[in-house]
Amino acid sequence: MKPTDIAVPDYFHKVVDCQWACPAHTPVPEYIRLIAAGRFDDAYMINWTSNVFPGILGRTCDRPCEPACRRGRVEEQNLQKAEPVAICRLKRVAADSKGDISKYLPMTPSQKNGKRIACVGAGPASLTVARDLAPLGYEVTVFDQDPRAGGMIRSQIPRFRLPEQIIDEEVGYVIDRCVTFRGGVRINSMKKLLDEGYDAIFVGTGAPRGRDLDIPGRKEAGKNIHVGIDWLSSVSFGHISKIGKRVIVLGGGNTAMDCCRTSRRLGGTDVKVIVRSGFDEMKASPWEKEDAMHEGIPILNFLVPKEFVHDSGKLAGVVLEKVEAVYDAHGRRTLVPTGEPDEQFECDDVLIAVGQENAFSWIERDCGIEFNDREMPVVDETTFQSSLPSVLFGGDAAFGPKNIIWAVAHGHEAAISIDRLCNGEDTRNRPSPMVNLISQKMGIHEWTYDNDISNELRHKVPLREQKIALKDINVEVELGFDQKLAFDEAQRCLNCDVQTVFSSPLCIECDACVDICPMDCITFTEDGEEQELRERLSAPAPNLSQDLYVAGALKTGRVMVKDEDVCLHCGLCAERCPTGAWDMRKFLLNMTHAGPGCRSRK
Amino acid sequence: MTYIAKPRLRHPNLKANKFGFTHRDYEGAVSTLCAGCGHDSISSAIIQACFELNLPPHRIAKLSGIGCSSKTPTYFLGNSHGFNSVHGRMPSVLTGANLANRDLIYLGISGDGDSASIGLGQFAHSVRRGVNMVYIVENNGVYGLTKGQFSATADRGSKSKKGAYNRDAAVDMVMLAMELGATYVARGFAGDKAQLVPLIKGAIAHRGAAFIDCISPCIAFNNHPGSTKGFDYVREHNEAVNRLDVMLPREAITVDYQPGEVEEVTQHDGSVLALRKLADDYDVHDRIAAMHHLQKSKAAGEIVTGVLHVDPEPDDLHANLNTLPTPFNKLAEKELCPGSTALDKFNAAHR
Repeated sequence: MKPTDIAVPDYFHKVVDCQWACPAHTPVPEYIRLIAAGRFDDAYMINWTSNVFPGILGRTCDRPCEPACRRGRVEEQNLQKAEPVAICRLKRVAADSKGDISKYLPMTPSQKNGKRIACVGAGPASLTVARDLAPLGYEVTVFDQDPRAGGMIRSQIPRFRLPEQIIDEEVGYVIDRCVTFRGGVRINSMKKLLDEGYDAIFVGTGAPRGRDLDIPGRKEAGKNIHVGIDWLSSVSFGHISKIGKRVIVLGGGNTAMDCCRTSRRLGGTDVKVIVRSGFDEMKASPWEKEDAMHEGIPILNFLVPKEFVHDSGKLAGVVLEKVEAVYDAHGRRTLVPTGEPDEQFECDDVLIAVGQENAFSWIERDCGIEFNDREMPVVDETTFQSSLPSVLFGGDAAFGPKNIIWAVAHGHEAAISIDRLCNGEDTRNRPSPMVNLISQKMGIHEWTYDNDISNELRHKVPLREQKIALKDINVEVELGFDQKLAFDEAQRCLNCDVQTVFSSPLCIECDACVDICPMDCITFTEDGEEQELRERLSAPAPNLSQDLYVAGALKTGRVMVKDEDVCLHCGLCAERCPTGAWDMRKFLLNMTHAGPGCRSRK
Repeated sequence: MTYIAKPRLRHPNLKANKFGFTHRDYEGAVSTLCAGCGHDSISSAIIQACFELNLPPHRIAKLSGIGCSSKTPTYFLGNSHGFNSVHGRMPSVLTGANLANRDLIYLGISGDGDSASIGLGQFAHSVRRGVNMVYIVENNGVYGLTKGQFSATADRGSKSKKGAYNRDAAVDMVMLAMELGATYVARGFAGDKAQLVPLIKGAIAHRGAAFIDCISPCIAFNNHPGSTKGFDYVREHNEAVNRLDVMLPREAITVDYQPGEVEEVTQHDGSVLALRKLADDYDVHDRIAAMHHLQKSKAAGEIVTGVLHVDPEPDDLHANLNTLPTPFNKLAEKELCPGSTALDKFNAAHR
């Protein structure tokens, strides 16, 4: 195998599984250590810099970091239940426990740079663009059809998951400080907006249209059949405060989970979720399904809605066809009727949450922005530019519905493109991340981080008593970790960013690291091809998504091979190394955001 | 010295043996020896050997004397019996234990100070009596605990870390063991576990006095250019006479050798030592020829490693004394003490 080049930032970045999986590449272990140290302001600011909405994301993030977390893999076969570190809820602790951080926020320069930027939609993507650009002197104007900024964060996420003051605070850090916000202004024509002479326009309008179900009875019983996301935003803005006793929610995504739980709080006593697919294939995050079921909401699967039954316009129930999943030779799934008789469920209201769509009717098709056959704008995946270079798309508006953290990541990238564009530079040229690799050695057995490994299982977030929680839609269900629980949970983090760095010239091949490694990660052996090498290591390395760290030029002609897969980053290899051939070095990677750092050196 | 305990978490896909134990279950407390000590490597080889042989930890007794090497039984086989005895007296304590309970597997762990100086006499007598044991000398050539003075196994002409030459002749533990009639003699190197683990397995499978001289570099005091027991020196001068594979009883023989290349020695427990020759003229059964070879190689500055001698039909202390097959500690008072009538009869026979 070729020796590993650790100078390539991606190599160690991949070892920090959580950061690698995070679309915004937030340095997770770095802020978890700060939480353990009680430095909540600092932990918050690392998050704020990277993902703009720590308090919001700490409650609502889709957390791609957690399935990636190494802790989940190392606990397998070791503890009763293998689970990742509760990264998302730790983020919330930083937000909940911080003091006044306004002093750390960037100031907006009084001297502007003369460039004007328009952001359409005031959701997470647009706000990220605004946050990145305004401190650089850009004049940013954010438009939204709603009177208040936040986009789907405000309109669709129920208050019992995300209290309004959190939204006000974090949206406020952007809107109140550095941009012009024009709420309640709906942009109806791209052409008109282009005529206003902005240097760049960012479209972050989300995927605002809920998909409907065109089946018999839909029109007739329409008074009691609602499109999920519209209904949720009506609830959010106080236009709806009641629903029937018996509610059926159709759909299996996170919106469906929000719909059913909201119904429980608005008078629904018999609320069900009905999905076409199997329970395990539902799009909703596992924890959101759990939360719904915890509130006494059953989830019925393999049922396809066929007809809304009504009594001269008054909704009476839904007829559902029983199906089963059949897989073809390519593993593709089709839902095939089982032939059993249809089922009918009675209900007073139905909420349809079967997907979201984009709506770009306001963009004239002859204004220079190319659209594809699915009526989506053609957007460059790197620069986020449309075929009109000064018009960029991000968030759900770019590639269809995703989630907040993806919108933030898009926003950062779009801001870089805008900054380079306004400075006359090629937007295809992307800036490298800022990378730092520094030894953490303080003394013979002293490291700057706590290298002892906690054996504790993942801690559960305390919940409010259900009787109280179900009474009021504005009462937050999760109480969040207190500082003691947060510390214990933070200790479960393996500090994967503290890297094991190996130096062949120093190694005397004494085997001390091999013997002490608790996870049998290290092997000294004859070189070979990767596939064959993976099978003859101290412990086999079947996880191909995790790299092998290979170092050659040893005196005996062998190579050192370390399987990164389940390394605990406990540093025992470095502690037992007599010559310092192993060292524990902290790998800190910060993404470069818009600003002088993202521009080419002149 | 390491402050944190070795984490309890282990690799999720570790192999388990017959008892469902992984090699981690054969570990002991975390080592307090210097980082990189060869002794830790030997501990790890013992762990691996016991794991691979499917040994139940409670059927093993580890005994030691005093010294860096004699500390190591704490660091392996944490669930086995242990006895840390007086300096140089491990062989006597082991002999006594073996007499009382012949059913256990005895690991005697010693060092060059413990066995070649203060305990030389003890070592000699336990070997000549053929005590059924595995006697491992972790040989680093210096007194590490007292800051690196030459030990009795340091080669004449080798240099200390401070630059002093050793003017005394070295005690060669392997030659002594051969001379005294050890029925399994091997030399290994802490820096080559692929060789060392089978040597230990072979020694455990052997019923009789099995002796392993294991060169174990002392990182703190004897791993420098003038040393003859450092990693570099041993790697440069290592002449392995054979490679050993140990096959468990009833285990399919998986190693594929050309005919004539391999000699198989079946042990009393049914396990097979498969010896692949590396030196053509070396015969492990011919004790005298082997000693001759060792002398010649030593004069040529080579360090001969591998299985150096094995007696296919060894005797042990219990066979020589004609003791009962039942361990003494399992006999009740009635069997151990035949009573005054029997004593009178016995005494009368001597009048």
